[in-house]
Amino acid sequence: MNLCQVLGTVTATEKHPAFAGRRLMVVQPLDEAKQPAGKSFIAVDERCQSGPGDLVLVMREGNGVRQLLRDKTLPIRSLIVAVVDEVDVPGLPEVT
Amino acid sequence: MYLGKVIGTVVCERKYEGLEGRRFLVVQPLDHRREPSGPPEVAVDTVSASPGTLVYLVGSREAAIAVSASQPPPVDSAIVGIVDSVDLP
Repeated sequence: MNLCQVLGTVTATEKHPAFAGRRLMVVQPLDEAKQPAGKSFIAVDERCQSGPGDLVLVMREGNGVRQLLRDKTLPIRSLIVAVVDEVDVPGLPEVT
Repeated sequence: MYLGKVIGTVVCERKYEGLEGRRFLVVQPLDHRREPSGPPEVAVDTVSASPGTLVYLVGSREAAIAVSASQPPPVDSAIVGIVDSVDLP
């Protein structure tokens, strides 16, 4: 899973039925020091109720998403699976 | 999943089964600032997007599932939504 920061939300009216009623969040991957690492992407937030600014864990693996959401036909690849309270990596300056 | 802008179309006459009747669009992947992130790619359209449209896509196996979950075609990039807005507070 990736440590990410939620940057914002995406709204789309015209979409694949699998995305109906699901929140789309723009997330930025972070490194262990919470610095941006890599390109932003879009993840679904099904039940974590994350919002802009939140640190989250994002699973980027479609089979895992289909198991978790119990639907073998979901074309969803990235899912927010946790809101992070704290990251502690000894040796790095602590940031909250 | 990621954002992209439709910049063109592709027409293919000879193709694998499962690709018949599908629209192929050339898409420039974008980041949240709508800056290009990586080279343009060809994606199958599932939402009737047109050139110039901001869309979001799904890649890999999920793209094939988006096109047909029962008989996934040979596709690794699919447009699955037309973006109305990206809100970055």
